[in-house]
Amino acid sequence: MSLLAVRDLSAFYGDFQALFGVSLEATEGETVAVIGANGAGKTTFLRTVAGAQPVARGAVRFGGESVGGRPPHALVDLGIVLVPEGRKIFPSLSVRENLQIGAFRRRAGPWTLERVYRLFPILGERRDQPGTNLSGGEQQMLAIGRGLMANPRLLLVDEISLGLAPVIVKQLYEVLAGIRREGTTLLVVEQDVSQVLTVADHVYCFRKGTVSLAGAPSRLSRAEISAAYFGA
Amino acid sequence: MGWLDAVVQGILLGGLYALFATGLSLIFGVMRLVNLAHGDFSILAAFLAVVAVRALDLNPLLALLLVVPVMAAVGYGLQRLVLNRLLGRGILPAVLVTFGFSVIIQNGLLQTFSADSQRLNPGGIETASLALGGGLAVGWFSLLTFALAVVLLVALQLLIGRTAIGRAFRATSDDGETAELMGIDNRRLYGLAMGLSLAVVAIAGIVLGIRTTFTFASGPDRLLFAFEAVIIGGLGSLWGTLVGGVILGVAQTVGAKLSPGWGVLTGHLVFLTVLLLRPSGLFTTSRRVD
Amino acid sequence: MATRRSTVERTTRASRVGAVLGALLLAGLIALPLTGEAGLMRMVVELIALLVLAQMWNLLAGYAGLVSIGQQAYLGLGGYALIVLADDLGVNPFLAVPLAGVAAAVFAILTASIVFQFRGGYFAVGTWAVAEVYRLLVANTPALGRGTGRTLKAVFPLARETRELVTYALALAVGVAAMAAVYVYLRSRQGVGLMAVRDSEPASESLGVDIYLTKLQVYLISAFGTGITGALIYLNLLRISPDAAFSINWTAYTIFIVVIGGLGTLEGPIVGTLVFFLLRELLADYGAWYMILLGALAVVTMMRYPQGVWGLIAERWEIHVFPVRRRVRL
Repeated sequence: MSLLAVRDLSAFYGDFQALFGVSLEATEGETVAVIGANGAGKTTFLRTVAGAQPVARGAVRFGGESVGGRPPHALVDLGIVLVPEGRKIFPSLSVRENLQIGAFRRRAGPWTLERVYRLFPILGERRDQPGTNLSGGEQQMLAIGRGLMANPRLLLVDEISLGLAPVIVKQLYEVLAGIRREGTTLLVVEQDVSQVLTVADHVYCFRKGTVSLAGAPSRLSRAEISAAYFGA
Repeated sequence: MGWLDAVVQGILLGGLYALFATGLSLIFGVMRLVNLAHGDFSILAAFLAVVAVRALDLNPLLALLLVVPVMAAVGYGLQRLVLNRLLGRGILPAVLVTFGFSVIIQNGLLQTFSADSQRLNPGGIETASLALGGGLAVGWFSLLTFALAVVLLVALQLLIGRTAIGRAFRATSDDGETAELMGIDNRRLYGLAMGLSLAVVAIAGIVLGIRTTFTFASGPDRLLFAFEAVIIGGLGSLWGTLVGGVILGVAQTVGAKLSPGWGVLTGHLVFLTVLLLRPSGLFTTSRRVD
Repeated sequence: MATRRSTVERTTRASRVGAVLGALLLAGLIALPLTGEAGLMRMVVELIALLVLAQMWNLLAGYAGLVSIGQQAYLGLGGYALIVLADDLGVNPFLAVPLAGVAAAVFAILTASIVFQFRGGYFAVGTWAVAEVYRLLVANTPALGRGTGRTLKAVFPLARETRELVTYALALAVGVAAMAAVYVYLRSRQGVGLMAVRDSEPASESLGVDIYLTKLQVYLISAFGTGITGALIYLNLLRISPDAAFSINWTAYTIFIVVIGGLGTLEGPIVGTLVFFLLRELLADYGAWYMILLGALAVVTMMRYPQGVWGLIAERWEIHVFPVRRRVRL
């Protein structure tokens, strides 16, 4: 059953058109990867699905309902949660409070503070420190934990590998694999292709605001992906 | 009034100024809005209390219980119906519209109540005094108002520090867009912030209206005092704001003792001095760069 | 690929029509004293004063993006400078008017060093706070007449008609000069830089525009113009007091004129001043309702029609009487 169905989506980033008729589908429980170079429109895509940017043209359907154009808080209620690019941890809130704010809408589900602390013990240790006192990798864990606190049905993950050491990125992807096993649907935007393909059931490659390639990773060759990523 | 007396009065006045300041800095923090009618709303509340006292023969402090919810509702309504529409259009529309409110409120009050001086009379408490020893006596009422101010500040501190709404305020203050992505409906949140701001300023306005006389034109001064207390104390700390208010209050009362016309002016001059020497305020804890 | 010569146009048909109408109006105003209508002349002086105040505030807020609610400081300082120059220092009172502008500009430099630390809403309140400081300082200075103020005595030797005529002529001169100066400034290199800053600070900075200097320049020009106007107003009224001269009402009128007329255009303040005057005459008997209506109009205008009355006209009919943009004709 298709949880997320995006048809012919066009969106702007200010005056600049970032997406030109993008279509994408994610079945419930699937992990979909969105890869592409800088400026390909991946972040704009995630933000539009999350409601942070308006839909210029096209349709976004979630669980059968049309949700395009709704404000972010309404989408969080439905279970669409974004882990934003750049972490965006709140400096005035402690680690625990950053997690708590993730649960603002009080959606029912398995994720609680304790559970997040079990998943990311370092967050438990540093719970009363300001969120931005953490290292880059720890902040990324906090951002993911914050997203989980909303008990998402669809977790949108934007470029978690940015600026982090490979060993940390590997750990984070193990966490994502765990979340995936729980049955949460994931839509992961990533520049680091090799990492994300280890968790993805399906991959879409964006180039200059359109989908240049789509398919299951096992069925696509390196050459094909490279061509779609950079342009032949 | 002796010098020590003046200082004590200044401290007690400072508590009220801290309340004015907190109302102003709350909405500035959450939505980067400076409400130029901030002081005028406090005067409006005081006049509403005058009406309640006359019409219902109430004690002003009881009238407070009626007026404050009304003002909170007014704040929520104005924010959602008018001010929310100005968001994202830069500061000019918000400054001009709140300035427009200021003019409307002042002239509306002038038209309704004429230019007469008003004062709320709490019947007796305000003149009774407590001897503190050393020849120093402090009015019961002044002490009460200071205590009230401190209690309110503590309550606000708890609200902002320990509740979900408080976290929402702080998060929105930090990064409004990401806060929205967390599920915070910022239109509603702004409405709540404004409602809270006007409630606090209504309390401060009514209490100040018991301490001193006021007219339809007293609003702008209160806006300036609120602003000055915020700047002196520095952003980000409620206790800094209290100290800022106290410093301002003391400057005013001591200045007035030096020469009657110099009270408010001394406050302004102290404000300018702090601004020139320590622009970020005396107690800034804000991690944000504003 | 053949290239055709493209031209850059700086005038429009409306501006040429406007120039003709403006000249006719000016001729009419110059001829007015011949009719001996002293009351009308005083009204024109008032109108011009409000117009110049509006143009100065418009320059500051509409073009430089600096929303000040403390410009009344310069009005008051200009007025008091007139008294001090003319009565205490023996300067010819009519000559003192432009000098008062200079005095105001000097205080503006001082003020800028304080308020330019703020941005946005806090800048607005900061300017108001400083204006209050000036008011209170003046109200506490015995030499300036304290709270009761002073009267301009230097003009007493003159016959009333002469004084009124020279004041009127001065007002016309100031009005024309102010409009011309603002127009020329906006069309100049600095003016283009200013509009670039208004449209986008980072972009203009990257193009080499010094933002701080540009804003300071505009702030000083605005103070200068406002100071001259203050001197002119009190040359007309003869009696000055701190509460009147430093009153926030001046700024209230100015803001309403500019907002209702059309912020960020040169024609807007003209239209706004006319609307303001019309409303004042119509509602003269209604006391505070007049200000309430003005306030409500400004709020509604800002919310629904931020371009103001002139903005609506200009959009609808593509008219620019004072073109400050350059159009490329290909």
